Amino acid sequence: MLNDVAFGQYYPSDSFIHKMDARVKILLSIAYMVAIFLVKSFFCYAILALYLLIKIFVSKIPLRSVLKSVKAVLFLAVFTAIINIFFTKGAEENLVWSYGIIRIYSSGLITAGKMVCRLVLLVMGASLLTLTTTPVDLTHGIESLLSPLKLIKVPVADIALIMSITLRFIPTLMEETNKIICAQKARGAQFDTGNLVQRVKAFVPILIPLLVNSFRRAEELALAMNARCFEGSTKRTRLKKLKCSWRDLVAVLLFIIGIGAALVVRYAGVDWIADLFNINVDWMKL
Amino acid sequence: MEKDVNRAPVVTLTDVVYNYREYDDKGEEKITNRGVNGVSLSIYKGEFLALVGRNGSGKSTLAKMLNGLLLAQKGKVDVYGLDPTVEKELYQIRARVGMVFQNPDNQTVASIVEDDVAFGPENLGIPQKELRERVDTALADVNMLEYATKTPSRLSGGQKQRVAIAGALALRPKILVLDEATSMLDPEGRRDVMETVSKLNDCGMTVVAITHFMDEAARADRVIALQNGKIAMEGTPAEIFAQHEKLEELGLKTPRDVELALALKEGGLDIEPKESIFELGEELCRLLSKT
Repeated sequence: MLNDVAFGQYYPSDSFIHKMDARVKILLSIAYMVAIFLVKSFFCYAILALYLLIKIFVSKIPLRSVLKSVKAVLFLAVFTAIINIFFTKGAEENLVWSYGIIRIYSSGLITAGKMVCRLVLLVMGASLLTLTTTPVDLTHGIESLLSPLKLIKVPVADIALIMSITLRFIPTLMEETNKIICAQKARGAQFDTGNLVQRVKAFVPILIPLLVNSFRRAEELALAMNARCFEGSTKRTRLKKLKCSWRDLVAVLLFIIGIGAALVVRYAGVDWIADLFNINVDWMKL
Repeated sequence: MEKDVNRAPVVTLTDVVYNYREYDDKGEEKITNRGVNGVSLSIYKGEFLALVGRNGSGKSTLAKMLNGLLLAQKGKVDVYGLDPTVEKELYQIRARVGMVFQNPDNQTVASIVEDDVAFGPENLGIPQKELRERVDTALADVNMLEYATKTPSRLSGGQKQRVAIAGALALRPKILVLDEATSMLDPEGRRDVMETVSKLNDCGMTVVAITHFMDEAARADRVIALQNGKIAMEGTPAEIFAQHEKLEELGLKTPRDVELALALKEGGLDIEPKESIFELGEELCRLLSKT
């Protein structure tokens, strides 16, 4: 039941994107996320979605794996959409449907749609980063990007190691959770019946053994790390060095074209397209 | 097969004591007699030493003193002339004594096999070029080179444990300590790991295996049985496993097939103890068909 949470799990492949420098990928992903919040029309979201789809295609990751990560935030997306639909007040002429005190305006529907678009694009973009970058490269990249902070005595290397170990244990703990759930089910526990309170309560016997086991694991891991000469992260070397290559340059150019197009539409408007091609562009302004 | 065992000890423990502390209801500290209560032993270059004993006999505690994970409360530990109580020498000792633990999941640091193997030498500050070479050699030694870029969580137990061995080997140790490294594996994984270890031992690696599987102990050059933190028996597998009553006192038992295999070996047959009676049977059939 928890196996389909793809977020944070690396998908091995040898694609163009997999071979890129992790630092560039991280920076581009951050810029992409900022762009999602800057643009405001459906047309812009479509441009960003197209950019994302091309990226997914190039990365050779099956679309299904990327969509799986959306599943994890599905509840949040639906919840935000409902709140926006019911609680956005618009002008009276925009009223779409009303029943008693419930009034739904077209502006509410549009806001809700945009919210969902944002959330989906955001999660898919973020998961594409973790799907194409090994946790080791990811933390190495973050470490490298944060390295200026070393000057003010921030233990960047230690933070990076903590992150990579956290990511490393996600599948292990996931597997363990499933085992505990099976064990509890075999003893007659029920997780999918009863009201919400009962269901939440049913998870306590899963979380406690999981927590206890995590502490035990942490202790054993510390011992194993000590046995392998770990003494703080200061003087450690790395097996893999991050290198920028022509790939990163190409990716940055593509990024500028894709995201740039969306931003141009956002800030310069679309009227110039109308002038240039003599077409109706009102649908782009939604 | 006789190994050239050089009789100069590489590790010497002299009367070492390590007792665990316990806290009673009032939070007062109490020193128990669990752990190691005065053990002296030497480990010789190139040998395969097995430490056996029931749960709580102190065998794991003893193993953790070999690389300074636990420091002796009394007595002296000497590893290649180095003293684990001196901080600078402690890390030199850990680079010389590689250790593999029981649970493969809890000793993997990275999510890619080769990154995990590199963790040890990375800590030593080995330059990148040599790192690559060390990782590849270590993985080749345990026959896992083709899995270098795979995720450990998708490997079988035996494969995971072989990666853990490679992680220890990448430190270029002189001694390999296996702390019940096969106890969580299925029979196939166990055979896998034991074969890898035997191969390493044949190539000159000193091996110390802590185990409760008697067939593993039976393959060793020397067996030491512990009880209540003290050495109760010491000798070759044949000598140890012949003493049924004494073994039973220690909570250990010689499986019949191990006993048979050892007897046949004593009698001059080219046979090693196997994981199960069936495999022993198969091996005997093979030998018979050859003659």
